[in-house]
Amino acid sequence: MTSLITTLDPRSRAASRGWSDTTIRNVFVIPTVAFLIIFNVFPLLYSLGFSFTDFRASSKAQVNLVGFKNYVDVLADPVIWRTFTTTLWYVIVSVTGQFVVGFGLALLLNRPLPYKGLLTTLLMLPMMLSPVVVGLFWKLIYDPSWGILNHALGLGRVAWLSDANLALYAVAITDIWMWSPFVMLLSLAGLSAVPKHLYEAASIDRAGKLYTFFRITLPLVAPILLIAVIFRTMEAFKTFDIAFVMTGQPAAELISSRLYKMAFQQWQTGPSSALAYIILIMVLCITNIYVKYLNKAKER
Amino acid sequence: MRKTIAGLLAGASLMTIGAISAQAQELTILWAEWDPANYLQELVNEYQAETGVAVTVETVPWPDFQTKAFTEFNAQGSAYDLVVGDSQWLGAGSLNGHYVDLTEFINANNLAEVMAPATMQYYSEYPGGSGTYWSVPLEGDALGWTYRKDWFEDPAEMEAFKAKYGYDLGVPQDFKQLIDIAEFFHRPDENRYGAAIYSQNQGDAIVMGVENSVFAYGGSFGDYESFQVTGLLNSPESIEALEDYRKLFTFGPPGWGNSFFAEVNTAVAQGQVAMGMNFFAFFPALVNEATNPHAANMGFFANPPGPRGDDFAALGGQGISLVSYSQNQEEAMKFLEWFIKEETQERWAELGGYTAHGAILESEKFRTATPFNEAFFQTMFKVRDFWALPEYAELLTEAADAFYPYVVNGEGDAKTTLDTLATTWVDTLQAAGYPAQ
Repeated sequence: MTSLITTLDPRSRAASRGWSDTTIRNVFVIPTVAFLIIFNVFPLLYSLGFSFTDFRASSKAQVNLVGFKNYVDVLADPVIWRTFTTTLWYVIVSVTGQFVVGFGLALLLNRPLPYKGLLTTLLMLPMMLSPVVVGLFWKLIYDPSWGILNHALGLGRVAWLSDANLALYAVAITDIWMWSPFVMLLSLAGLSAVPKHLYEAASIDRAGKLYTFFRITLPLVAPILLIAVIFRTMEAFKTFDIAFVMTGQPAAELISSRLYKMAFQQWQTGPSSALAYIILIMVLCITNIYVKYLNKAKER
Repeated sequence: MRKTIAGLLAGASLMTIGAISAQAQELTILWAEWDPANYLQELVNEYQAETGVAVTVETVPWPDFQTKAFTEFNAQGSAYDLVVGDSQWLGAGSLNGHYVDLTEFINANNLAEVMAPATMQYYSEYPGGSGTYWSVPLEGDALGWTYRKDWFEDPAEMEAFKAKYGYDLGVPQDFKQLIDIAEFFHRPDENRYGAAIYSQNQGDAIVMGVENSVFAYGGSFGDYESFQVTGLLNSPESIEALEDYRKLFTFGPPGWGNSFFAEVNTAVAQGQVAMGMNFFAFFPALVNEATNPHAANMGFFANPPGPRGDDFAALGGQGISLVSYSQNQEEAMKFLEWFIKEETQERWAELGGYTAHGAILESEKFRTATPFNEAFFQTMFKVRDFWALPEYAELLTEAADAFYPYVVNGEGDAKTTLDTLATTWVDTLQAAGYPAQ
């Protein structure tokens, strides 16, 4: 705990009120650390323990250690692999879509536009909504009988959410609609930080628009774009609510939905804890790869 | 100063005592969020007026109902004194110690005779035939059918139907006729469809729907006493039933792959379908002009027999159980004593609840009270249910995972689907220690 104690800035308000380092530690640091330990670290370690047992939260039967059996069973289950593959494809489609739409919108908004502030705020609205609400009203939009999408596009009665070939893409489109503004926001921050004189120099050298984009804009915005992609990949990998409320199509079942079913519908606490750890390790691996690219991008 | 502090402490103590005594005058019932829960709240308001004990019916949306209830049970929480739990919960509720044994109460009040036999068998007794009871039947329910009387009675339609199928259009006398009628009215070009049935693979939707057909066709989901699955679940009768359920699904509205009770009622209310399969508890909304513009044209019938005359339907409904972790068990028992009185049961039926009280069910007054009560009465004496073991949720999820690709996506065939599910169920049951085969 000693390492957490920092010296107060003598000009700070706390210092002017006469708060000592010990008071700050007791009032702010210890409760925060205790909260994190109780609600994050402890459950994490506790569930790690469960993953090596045959524990069922719904049963009072004796709990037995089963070693790595749960991990082996989960990894040998073809349904789990199907949902992993589906999730991976969903992440690729969703994050790519969000990246393209979000960055595209940021490029548009980076120009002088009337009512730019208002436009930016309006574009950010989807990500401020609850995912369940978004899922429910997109379900109505997709409805084959009275949904506005088929009507607007003149598609007839396309069953977006019931068709095994379309359901995953329908969910991904909803996710893209909801989260592209997040990528847009970060991209805008990155674009506005690009020094203007670089564009002026490129213009004097008669560099083309594409050349300027690929040689100046993209390399300078890349680190912040990668951060957006890291966040969105992690989130897309964990997607549950939108997909869960929108479709029951097995072809669109994501790994989080399967985990929910195992943990809270079937009460297979041991195997579901093992699956949760496998997902955690996968997300960490993917994030690690991105972080390496991010560091490389920063070095450039 | 001392006097002030002593006064404050005394006041605080009195308030605490007051709070504790007030707590004992309150009961909380957990149920799913649907109309019958509102009717129950109306009923228990009358209990409060009589006794001064406030009873709150706390509701949870259906998809989260089981999760919410069992999360509370597993944590041994005392938030709920009584729970109106699904029939399939009996094994998990009783064997895991979540429910209080009500055998003495049931026997003392002769409820095994008073309530409809099927409701005692499936909502209350566990294990089957043991004579041990865990709940009082509260809401009887089962799958039934609604249909458009005006379409069925249209002379042009009747003539065309007879010309095509060789018999009169009317309430189907068996499942094969039901399929013919669904096919006849299935006209996508006119935005008119044959039948709306359950297809959702979350919860028990698609499983209940398939079960309804399987029972009527003389098939079975296994022997619940001997745990024999192979040969019963995948019997020729069950296979035929699943094939015909798939056929019925194809006569549903477009995008019908994620449908449960709300979607069925919506399709009916929008005038899209000729027939709709739903639990009886959802039928009151269909005869209400405010929620269904076609209310005046709705007819209802019990699940028809299968092609060999087997006459069964899938059970819904719930019993009310006393939660072991309740701090107000004595008060809750008093409530149950009030609830089983014949006059309370009559009032329950008047408010819209489906009583399981045999004499009331059989009474002319009840059977003619609504357009669907007669069908409900017929159904409640021919119901069958799903497994009620503590592992029922695994069996249910496995069944939904197996049925959905075949019924909705048309993948594979019925025989392979049921053969595979039989193997999966045997494995699951054996892993849980049952002598399944």
